[in-house]
Amino acid sequence: MSLSVRIIPCLDVTDGRVVKGVNFTNLVDAGDPVEMAALYGREGADELTFLDISASVAGRETTLDVVRRTAEQVFIPLTVGGGIRSVGDVDRLLRAGADKVSINTAAIARPELIAEIADRFGSQVLVLSVDARRARSESGFEVTTHGGRESANIDALAWVEKACALGVGEILLNSMDADGTRAGYDIGMITAVRAVSKVPLIASGGAGALSDFSAALDAGADALLAASVFHFGIHRINDVKSYLNSHNYCVRASAGK
Amino acid sequence: MIAILDYGSGNLRSAQRAFAASGKDVVVTSHYDIAMEAEGLVIPGVGAFAACMVGLDSVKARTIITERIKSERPILGICIGMQILFSKSTEHGIHEGVGIWDAEVSQLQAPILPHMGWNTIETSADSILFKGVENESFYFVHSYAAKEKVGKVQSWSIHGERFLAAVEDGYVCATQFHPEKSGDAGLALIKNWTQSL
Repeated sequence: MSLSVRIIPCLDVTDGRVVKGVNFTNLVDAGDPVEMAALYGREGADELTFLDISASVAGRETTLDVVRRTAEQVFIPLTVGGGIRSVGDVDRLLRAGADKVSINTAAIARPELIAEIADRFGSQVLVLSVDARRARSESGFEVTTHGGRESANIDALAWVEKACALGVGEILLNSMDADGTRAGYDIGMITAVRAVSKVPLIASGGAGALSDFSAALDAGADALLAASVFHFGIHRINDVKSYLNSHNYCVRASAGK
Repeated sequence: MIAILDYGSGNLRSAQRAFAASGKDVVVTSHYDIAMEAEGLVIPGVGAFAACMVGLDSVKARTIITERIKSERPILGICIGMQILFSKSTEHGIHEGVGIWDAEVSQLQAPILPHMGWNTIETSADSILFKGVENESFYFVHSYAAKEKVGKVQSWSIHGERFLAAVEDGYVCATQFHPEKSGDAGLALIKNWTQSL
């Protein structure tokens, strides 16, 4: 018996559509979120992540509806992030069918939000999304906000340590340098964050070759998130699982239908 | 009809959908009489043990659980809904549970917590719940668990140390994992339970 590596397709949703770009710009349409979620569920995804990148209130309402419709037909865990600012926002998402939420900008602005959410719903619902990039900060990694466009002037490792102490249950570490490039996860960043945290770590940003996935696991990731390689058919989920399985990593057998 | 107990905790919507997929009528309720009379009662739960006990007491769940067992009416506890059936938990202090099983729920000794993700299970040949899905993985999200043998049939898993993944004890069944989030294997397990009612 051992815990499987989780393969997590990520759906960046705006105004009811999945989009994907490179380094968070030049977004192109990648499909209908509910259909894609159902497909990934059938193909053996271990979990799904929706990141709401809508700028408008109407866009967020649409995403809430997407979450509701996805939860109707997919019986695997669903994490939703983007625009969460309060305990009330979390409550609405959980009632719509989310199992976990991820927070980012609002927690940087007001770190107590982490403890407020963890106290009410438990740490296990709360994923800290860290959009980090290489910089001249103390550890060499800094936190960004607003989809990587602005520096938060916070050292990434110091932020992870603080957030863990406040009660996050998991870390989604997204490399803004690698995002959408398919040039590989930022291994140095994963290693550094793993060294200062004891909660599960999801590697994100840069997945391209199959060997990128195992490299992130070797650096200490517990779960692997990817978007464009799945959306654009470069790999099927089962390709990743077969590759990892043949290299002696524990994966959940997926039907691969 | 299956009742899912609403005491302010849990992914009630997910649970409702998954149990409805077994073909049974499902209601989400905090009403005492409905919870008492249902063919099967599901006690879901996410969050902290103490907060869940407060919520359970607000809907007289201790009485519902003990009376249902006395009158031979099945119960299924999920995650915290399993843990509260034990006599106590050491999560953030010592808290008293419903006490169906006299054992303690304590933190898993593991390098990474919570235990989050899909894990396999060492099932018993006597298990009804795992019939046909003995070798599948199920989705866990928890940091605390019971580690002593209780009830008639036990299934085990490992994260850092060995712990009880499920207990089948006559009219009371419980799973530490989330069958409602465990894909087809979870739906099959739920169906095994609803068909046993």
